[in-house]
Amino acid sequence: MTENSERRVISVIVVNEASVLSRITNLFSGRGYNITSLTVAPIPESNYSRLTIVTSGSVRVIEQITKQLHKLIPVLKVYEHADLVEKEMAMVKFPLSENLSDIDVLCRAYNGKIVNVGENVVIVMVADEPKRVDNFLAVIKKYNPKEIVRSGAVALER
Amino acid sequence: MQMSGAQMVIEAFIAEGVDTVFGYPGGAIMNVYDEIYKQDKFHHILNRHEQASIHAAEGYAKASGKVGVAMITSGPGFTNAVTGLADAYMDSVPMVVVSGQVPMSLIGTDGFQEIDAIGISRPCTKHNYLVTDAADLPRVLKEAFYIAKSGRPGPVHVDIPKDVTAQIAEFNYDVELNLETYKPHTKGNPRQIKKALEAIAKAKRPLFYLGGGIINSNAAYEVRELVHKTGIPAVETLMARGVLSFDDELLISMLGMHGSYAANMAMSETDLVIGLGVRFDDRVTGKLSEFAKNADVIHVDIDPASISKLVNADFPIVGDVKNVVIEMLEQCEHIYPDNYASWRETINNFDALHPLTFHEDSERLKPQWVVKRVGELLGDSANISTDVGQHQMWAAQFYPFTRPNQWITSGGLGTMGFGFPAAIGVKVAVPEKTSINFTGDGSILMNVQELMTAVEKKIPVINIILNNNFLGMVRQWQTLFYDKRHSQTDLSVQPDFVKLAEAFGGIGYRVTTKEEFDAALKDAVEKNIVAFIEVIVERFENVMPMVPSGGSLFNMMLLEKKETK
Ligand SMILES: Cc1ncc(C[n+]2csc(CCOP(=O)(O)OP(=O)(O)O)c2C)c(N)n1
Ligand SMILES: [Mg+2]
Repeated sequence: MTENSERRVISVIVVNEASVLSRITNLFSGRGYNITSLTVAPIPESNYSRLTIVTSGSVRVIEQITKQLHKLIPVLKVYEHADLVEKEMAMVKFPLSENLSDIDVLCRAYNGKIVNVGENVVIVMVADEPKRVDNFLAVIKKYNPKEIVRSGAVALER
Repeated sequence: MQMSGAQMVIEAFIAEGVDTVFGYPGGAIMNVYDEIYKQDKFHHILNRHEQASIHAAEGYAKASGKVGVAMITSGPGFTNAVTGLADAYMDSVPMVVVSGQVPMSLIGTDGFQEIDAIGISRPCTKHNYLVTDAADLPRVLKEAFYIAKSGRPGPVHVDIPKDVTAQIAEFNYDVELNLETYKPHTKGNPRQIKKALEAIAKAKRPLFYLGGGIINSNAAYEVRELVHKTGIPAVETLMARGVLSFDDELLISMLGMHGSYAANMAMSETDLVIGLGVRFDDRVTGKLSEFAKNADVIHVDIDPASISKLVNADFPIVGDVKNVVIEMLEQCEHIYPDNYASWRETINNFDALHPLTFHEDSERLKPQWVVKRVGELLGDSANISTDVGQHQMWAAQFYPFTRPNQWITSGGLGTMGFGFPAAIGVKVAVPEKTSINFTGDGSILMNVQELMTAVEKKIPVINIILNNNFLGMVRQWQTLFYDKRHSQTDLSVQPDFVKLAEAFGGIGYRVTTKEEFDAALKDAVEKNIVAFIEVIVERFENVMPMVPSGGSLFNMMLLEKKETK
């Protein structure tokens, strides 16, 4: 792709039914679109679910993605966000032998805390903008994280 | 009313006015076939391969404008049908395909003849369903027919496990459809239409670019009116042949890779493209950055995703072509045909410079002559299907089409093996017209078993095999772009096509001269049984003109100049 590629967040409201998720992921793989992250959960008190997809592409590609998504029969709405609040969660496992007070302070700076302490490991969580989660994960590298899991972004329009 | 899932399928078909089902039985769909046996409201045609059932349903749909219906079993029955589904998807053919599936209890166990059918059909259908409860069947089938024919049409696949076809539930087909998430836009935005008309009135060299969407939207006669009222010349895509009549003065010809010089030059010189039901396929546009380079673009299509997908639309209009054209007709009084007189003149000069023609300079018959001759002898009285290859392009270039739905071809997928079964579907849909299939010596063998279907059901399709002893279209590219290395395209070893047709109970002719051809065609039409007319044609004929793949429309390889006829 020669045109400028931009990160974009797309929300999709879909009917809660079998195979709807594969319709969406098939569309992305079949047409060669990127998925950076994808989250999905039911919308309370409805028979719809909301997906948040982080993707990237040129303006034309993003426009095609939203149109192609909309073409799927079980898709109700597609929002391509411009102005939004975005959050992502990450959980990290550290050895208990690391400097826990440092780790605790860092977690707090990223809207997080220690959530579990086991025999040999401690598990922390943070919840912040995806970019800040990137930062956090870069910073904590020196504490020898054993496992990292990210949730993928969720977003709401302002 | 309480009934089994299998009975529901039958009742839904009857309620939808289905008169013909193309299909092939097997274990998982047997309950439904048992109900087919018991009913007499619609015909079932047993093709001899599931792919052929789908193509036949496509031919039926394309010729009649109705939804085509096919039925197949699970596993290999379904996988055999996939090419047909993909073909129908690419060409937006309205179709409902019902397949059997292993019982629910076996799904996911690698049961006998189990395959994830809806997983496979997803990317090649407009929509699909796995029905897990017979109570859902009435709604699902009703939605399937509605989705298939509304909006941008396409195939819908309904996969039904065997136990669901046996399950008893309530059948009520009068349910209101409640598709909250599917509401195709059919009416164009009036302000956009007005702006488009203003642009047309201002343009000096506007050009109608007519596509297959016009046929799907049943809008050919409205488009004819618009073209004539405005006096704006028109080019057609492969899928739009027959929208304008061949003798229409405003029809330039087909455009694209094998379009005429004048059509492609008009597209290169126009200052306003008026695209109706088109999708800017790469076989049409050639090099995108050079396509209609100096033109603004009006694009009318029912599928928003088609608009500005490849070529930016300055005047996008999402809507059913028919509705939009009717609105345009009401407001086009400020467009004066006289304004475009010199533009039409320019185009006529292009055409005079390099007309779409061929040379009759060989000992063997020229394939183009055969197409033209069928046009002279049968003309409007025939519907024309094709397979895929050179013969397809010659048919598109040289047949004198007079009406929409007369031309049935595999455009988007380009499926060899499409023609014969499609022509069977066409004949079933429109029995009063002669059903011709122009085919090649390669393509015909890809669904040759349909001779049996045609003989059994007395469906008199006439297959005209333009025999060049080559996979001609591939051979042409090898000649032109691979330094004549004709890798695996020489079909010198061939069956006896006459005996082949006869072996199934059809009739065969082998012709080498014009006189023989005329006699064979006349005889085949009179005999009224399925026929092969094998025509021995010039082996090395190329389809011309040609825009090499990825080249610009105005850079065509042209027919060498000679005495033309
Ligand atoms: C199923 C399938 N396989 C391969 C091709 C590639 N292909 C396109 S045209 C062609 C040659 C067709 O030969 P024939 O039917 O004899 O027609 P001709 O070009 O000689 O008129 C081939 C192999 C195709 N379109 N479809
Ligand atoms: Mg051939």
